[in-house]
Amino acid sequence: MTATRIGLLAGAVVLLTVPLWVPGDYYVSVCSQILIYAIFALGVDVLIGYGGLVSLGHAGLFGIASYAVAYTLAAGVGHIAAVIVALVLALVGTALFAALSLRVTGIGFIMITLAIGELLWGLAYRWISVTNGDNGISVANRPAPFGISLNPPTHFYYATLVVFALSVFAAWVFIGSPLGASLKGTRDQPRRMNALGYHVWLVRFCACMFSGLLTAIAGILFIYYTQFISPQTLTLTASAEPVLMVISGGSGTLLGPIVGAALVEIVKNIASAYITRWNMLLGAIFVAIVIFMPEGLVPGSRRLVRALLKARAKAPAVAAAAEPNSGEPTP
Amino acid sequence: MNLWLLLAINSITFGGLLFLLSAGFSLIFGLMRIPNLTHGSMFMLGAYVGASMVMTFHLPFWIGAAIAALTVAVFGGLIERLLLRRLAGAEQAQVLVTLGISLIVADFCLMVWTGDPISVATPPGLVGGVRFVDLFFPTYRIAIILIACVIGALLWVLLDRTRLGAMIRAGVDDPQMARVVGIRVSRLFTIVFCLGAALAGFGGIMGAPILSVYPGLDNDMLPLALVVVILGGTGSLLGSLVGSFVIGFIYNYGQALFPELAYFVLFLPMVVVLVLRPQGLFGKQAP
Amino acid sequence: MTALAIHQLAKSFGGLHVTRGVDLEVAPGERRLIIGPNGAGKTTLFNLITGEIKPDAGSVALFGQELTRLPSRRRAHMGLSRTYQIITLFPKDTLLRNVTLSLLGLSHLRWNPLLRLDRQRSLIAQAEAALARVGLGHLAHRPLAETSYGERRRVEIAMALAQNPRVLLLDEPFAGLSVDERRDVKTLLFAIPRDVTIVMIEHDMDVALDFAERITVMHFGEIVVEGTRAEVVADPRTKEIYLGE
Repeated sequence: MTATRIGLLAGAVVLLTVPLWVPGDYYVSVCSQILIYAIFALGVDVLIGYGGLVSLGHAGLFGIASYAVAYTLAAGVGHIAAVIVALVLALVGTALFAALSLRVTGIGFIMITLAIGELLWGLAYRWISVTNGDNGISVANRPAPFGISLNPPTHFYYATLVVFALSVFAAWVFIGSPLGASLKGTRDQPRRMNALGYHVWLVRFCACMFSGLLTAIAGILFIYYTQFISPQTLTLTASAEPVLMVISGGSGTLLGPIVGAALVEIVKNIASAYITRWNMLLGAIFVAIVIFMPEGLVPGSRRLVRALLKARAKAPAVAAAAEPNSGEPTP
Repeated sequence: MNLWLLLAINSITFGGLLFLLSAGFSLIFGLMRIPNLTHGSMFMLGAYVGASMVMTFHLPFWIGAAIAALTVAVFGGLIERLLLRRLAGAEQAQVLVTLGISLIVADFCLMVWTGDPISVATPPGLVGGVRFVDLFFPTYRIAIILIACVIGALLWVLLDRTRLGAMIRAGVDDPQMARVVGIRVSRLFTIVFCLGAALAGFGGIMGAPILSVYPGLDNDMLPLALVVVILGGTGSLLGSLVGSFVIGFIYNYGQALFPELAYFVLFLPMVVVLVLRPQGLFGKQAP
Repeated sequence: MTALAIHQLAKSFGGLHVTRGVDLEVAPGERRLIIGPNGAGKTTLFNLITGEIKPDAGSVALFGQELTRLPSRRRAHMGLSRTYQIITLFPKDTLLRNVTLSLLGLSHLRWNPLLRLDRQRSLIAQAEAALARVGLGHLAHRPLAETSYGERRRVEIAMALAQNPRVLLLDEPFAGLSVDERRDVKTLLFAIPRDVTIVMIEHDMDVALDFAERITVMHFGEIVVEGTRAEVVADPRTKEIYLGE
């Protein structure tokens, strides 16, 4: 318990002091980007890690929020209204998305979400009268809450950090809540949950909505971060990214998606300056993770540390202490 | 009138290419329960390898196409043997590894073939068209339609009339039972995966003279394969066939009639099918 | 009024009739034993009663309330709970969490996304009591994956009892247990108050005979014999089914 507290405190100190120790504005911006993608990945992890539902269409929902902000701002509406419109539209989109895709689970869910994501990409790409097609839409200005302009990278970073902290807290609350426990139950034993009195579909639907909310928040931050949106943000690759972050970092943990987001964004933005073939590097990292730490970096490292500690503690002790039988019952 | 006919021919041609792509995808998905997200990469890899054989090494088109299909089959076999094999049932790891590989393939293609699109010459002998009662039919497109039909027929014979096919069908219907009956499911998996990869690679080079070869071809094709399989039903050859042509038509007519909503129209039938019949038009009831 | 009334319940998978025209009436507070050889359709009958499988024909009623068309989850809320022959618990969670999930299933709390589940004292106290009732209070915080088979069987029973069912279906609660564990489970079952009606499937007649008041014998998806313990044991068809096997 105290180890968790120390970790949290250290993490908070590191995140709060980022502008002091990173070498320049560019890197501050990269950190903002990591946090935005961490929120996105957290949203996806709610479904993958806690609901057992791998979505490859979330960039579509992310894109709805981004486009909504860009479009309404271009139409001359204020920031607050734009953000509200974006949240509402993204949540309506999520509800439709969930209603269609939750008809199936497992690989079927992956395929349907992928197809819906492509549908949304197709709309962004071709519905030129609204989205301006490949040319995209620009956003002239970042908002200035309480009179503080978010245009300087450092200001934007701290604003993002606040939203990030709130998002992580919200995810923590959701996961530890009765509804979160129900969601985990539907992941492990959907039939049993039904027999126990749970409405499995509705529990999953609620999880989708929460996931959509986090995704929309990330999408809104993203449009203010880049101040530009194009169909590129909704491609299959863009949907795959948060999924890769979650699985590589460790699904079903709150820290995993954050670590995964940091990994991917660092390779993308920093390693790419030194290595031309950074996509290949990223692919190779994913394959290596699957081979060496199939459960993801965070749970994998935890397991390694525990094994090391055990080995150290066991060295003098008798090894006869019976290993608990961890064989799971066959379903 | 002529425009409509041209669109119809294009639709059938595109349907033929989609069939080559999705038949293997459907079998891999149906038999192995693997979401093979490298399938678009295999299509693209086949197109690039074939393009090199034909345009750079000046090999005859069909030999180039055969080499492309073989290369991709070997590549698929390696992925299956070295990686997917150990991930049976671990759906998340399968997604991670297949997406990882598709990133690697995309970057590899960019490195070797650069970012410029490569156009592949139509094989000599199939250039031009045939005139029939005032109507003009491009020969190469007709050839693709014929080849897709022949391959479809061969696959049907393979699945329906041979021992191997019977084993594959048994595996699709009930993998556990197939194992109990003593079918070597593991070898079957490799065969099916190689076959699916070869078909995708072959489809890639067959499509190259029409679609040309460019970075991003993989991500253009993968969703189409998915839609076909969702529409037709997984593990069903007939489903892939019908789904491919339906999507071929919708894709071409949609582009012509509703250019702004082309993709929306493309994915609409999938949504309708999902709502009315989640297992696909020709799929079996989900287990 | 009957606690559980089944009328002409039929189900076939493909061409195989797993249950055909089953009629069954269980009185409130009764202890009913269903026996029969493997493949007699006993577990399918349970799945039909709880709604995990949809019947082709026939009806199921709980205390006069028709529930044939209701989904499984609604039946749980109406007072129907069961245990499974093949254990389907939550292996990564502790025993306490397993039982808590069972309690939560019938509580309005289950929709709450804001509270912390591990601070719901009354719910957790109930779960602890349910575990103590089956003699597992001391293992409450152990992950299920690290418990023995016999302990898991008792967790199954604790989860079903925690829901305070009016009708409790037990699917082979003694299967795979040691002699000592059987005795414990038997004591546990005898201690269940009479306001719970119990229907139990059991393969092994010896263990279950003195528990049941009435016995139903199933064979090939049909009810062959039904009556008091003495009647069923004396019936030649019972012997035929069991000895002729």
